[in-house]
Amino acid sequence: MIEFKDFVFYVLSLVLISSGLSVITSRNPVTAALSLVLAFFNAAGIWLLLQAEFLAIVLVLVYVGAVMVLFLFVVMMLDINLDKLREGFWDYLPMAGFIGLLMMVEMVMVLKTKPFNLAPITESISNTSNTEMIGNTLYSNYVLPFELASVVLLIAIVSAIALTLRDRKDSKKTNPADQVAVKRQDRVRIVRMKSEEKYIKSKAKKRT
Amino acid sequence: MNSFIQSDLSLILPEIFVLSMAMIVLMTDLFIKPSMRWIIFALSQFALLGGAYLTGQHFNHETEFAFSNMFVRDGLADLLKMMSYLGTSLIFFYSRSYMNDRNLYHGEYFSLVLFALLGMMIMISSHNMLLVYMGLELLSLCLYSLTALDRDNQKATESAIKYFVLGALASGLLLYGMSMIYGATSSLDLNVISIALLNHPTDHAILVLGLVFVVAGLAFKLGAVPFQMWVPDVYEGSPSSIAILISSVPKLAAFAITVRILGDGLQSMMADWKQMILIMAVLSIGIGNVIAIAQTNIKRMYAYSTISHIGFTLFGFMSGTLNGYASSLFYVVSYMFMTLVSFAVLMMMSRKNFECETLEDFKGLNKRNPWYAFLMLITMLSMAGIPPTIGFYAKFMVLQAAFDAGFANFVVYAVMMALVGMFYYMRIVKLMYFDEPKLKNKLDVSIDMQWILSANASALLIIGLMPHSFMDATAQAIALSLH
Repeated sequence: MIEFKDFVFYVLSLVLISSGLSVITSRNPVTAALSLVLAFFNAAGIWLLLQAEFLAIVLVLVYVGAVMVLFLFVVMMLDINLDKLREGFWDYLPMAGFIGLLMMVEMVMVLKTKPFNLAPITESISNTSNTEMIGNTLYSNYVLPFELASVVLLIAIVSAIALTLRDRKDSKKTNPADQVAVKRQDRVRIVRMKSEEKYIKSKAKKRT
Repeated sequence: MNSFIQSDLSLILPEIFVLSMAMIVLMTDLFIKPSMRWIIFALSQFALLGGAYLTGQHFNHETEFAFSNMFVRDGLADLLKMMSYLGTSLIFFYSRSYMNDRNLYHGEYFSLVLFALLGMMIMISSHNMLLVYMGLELLSLCLYSLTALDRDNQKATESAIKYFVLGALASGLLLYGMSMIYGATSSLDLNVISIALLNHPTDHAILVLGLVFVVAGLAFKLGAVPFQMWVPDVYEGSPSSIAILISSVPKLAAFAITVRILGDGLQSMMADWKQMILIMAVLSIGIGNVIAIAQTNIKRMYAYSTISHIGFTLFGFMSGTLNGYASSLFYVVSYMFMTLVSFAVLMMMSRKNFECETLEDFKGLNKRNPWYAFLMLITMLSMAGIPPTIGFYAKFMVLQAAFDAGFANFVVYAVMMALVGMFYYMRIVKLMYFDEPKLKNKLDVSIDMQWILSANASALLIIGLMPHSFMDATAQAIALSLH
């Protein structure tokens, strides 16, 4: 008799694998992105089964909520010519397949040798939730890498702005300081000139 | 679960100082006029000076750990950090007028370089794979964006994309290798890993798999063959003031993590990584020196010369003895000073709207300015490894260490390749002294750059004449850090 937990696991994994396959096989990039979202949901479900609720929530919030939505926007906005992307697929297939197969055989040969002898995960270490546990470790043992991660994010912001922000040539922005500091000479040009006698004379002639 | 304490914070004071100064530079730039940019320059130099002061306070103290053994402060870390401050400071001086001419002299440049320095300091001091990776990402991200800083330059953008894609791939390889080693030893701490490897060396296949990926990742960051493809393109594409940074100081940090991971953490797998390092060293020296001959673009030539120098550095490293590590350290530090001068001369000869990057541009430099031709002569002699320059002793020590470790055949090969390399260094000397100048204009160089460049180049000669104190310093740093 199969347990309920096992049953849920098999359902989640089946959907995960099939959605993963459809990510790489579907012709439409939007379908592929949506399949990836489905795959993330199922992976989050498997993590929930392992009692890693924090990871599950983060996966849904960060990947499904933010990254994939962004990705979908990009895919929809860019007009990607799929036929051009697929050009030469069959030409490269033998070589790529050969290398892929070679790598797979090597990996299997290595990984088959022996399972990692990690210490078994003790069931329910304490009553605290694992969100709290992760928080505690993150801010004590791992505080230095954690802070450095924030610096990495800061660099990402700085360099994104440094690389993309530029003054547009057609922008109509004004500088208030310049506006206040403006003088009469900048706006009005006073020209000293003689009154045009010829003109006045000709007008006078016409009247007479 | 032990939380960090005050003594942990006092150990990373230099890092905290450099980080704060980088942020201050970033903010100050927003509030000052373009004509007041010298303030930023001064602040950046102050950051380096303060970092050097804070590092120097504990110089050659006993080894201390902080943040649950993640962070280490020892002789190697102190020495390499001091050299990094010095190198970065020289880069700021050299690139000043070059960046000004190209309208790139902004606060972002300075703060990104300082952030990159922070990443290097973390790499130099890390004793945990996680921290190695954080430092590496910190450094690499800064370098990618610095390469593309001249954003209207198509070549720079192209090389930045190449650098970014390949660099991300290499980071992935490194991480994958680390995860395999973590799987086999259930720790990321280098001390724990080395003890675990000594106690039960059973999962050998998995460890070797991890090792292969770690070595590949490190080789990419060092720029050793067969992971050298990015080096010439990035050097050629990026502005000289960024290429000087990529080629010099980060090599120190990459060397530090190589020593810490391979020489310390995976010490008991030396038999495995020795062969990999040997192959990379032999290929780097050969390919670097031979292909450099065919280059007409001087930055590409420097790139292949870098590859061959990295090959020599690995030559000392592969002997696997403390003496070998010390000679590699000596080599990589002296290489940094040589490459700084070689790029500084390029920047000095460039002007607004003119980029000095072909061999032709060096023609008749002696007639235009004999002093700079002489400085370049010293540098080229040093790179080729001719006595009495520092480059000779660096090559000599590295080859001696390899000879002592029983690689006599490969030492002969390396010497022959150094002779091949002599050709393209001497070609520049020939162009400078025996050809008629093509460009007739006077070299317009600021007074501070003149003095600093002269000091840097003559240091190559002076340390070459009396290398012993410097050699002792490197030997002592290695002896203090690795037991």
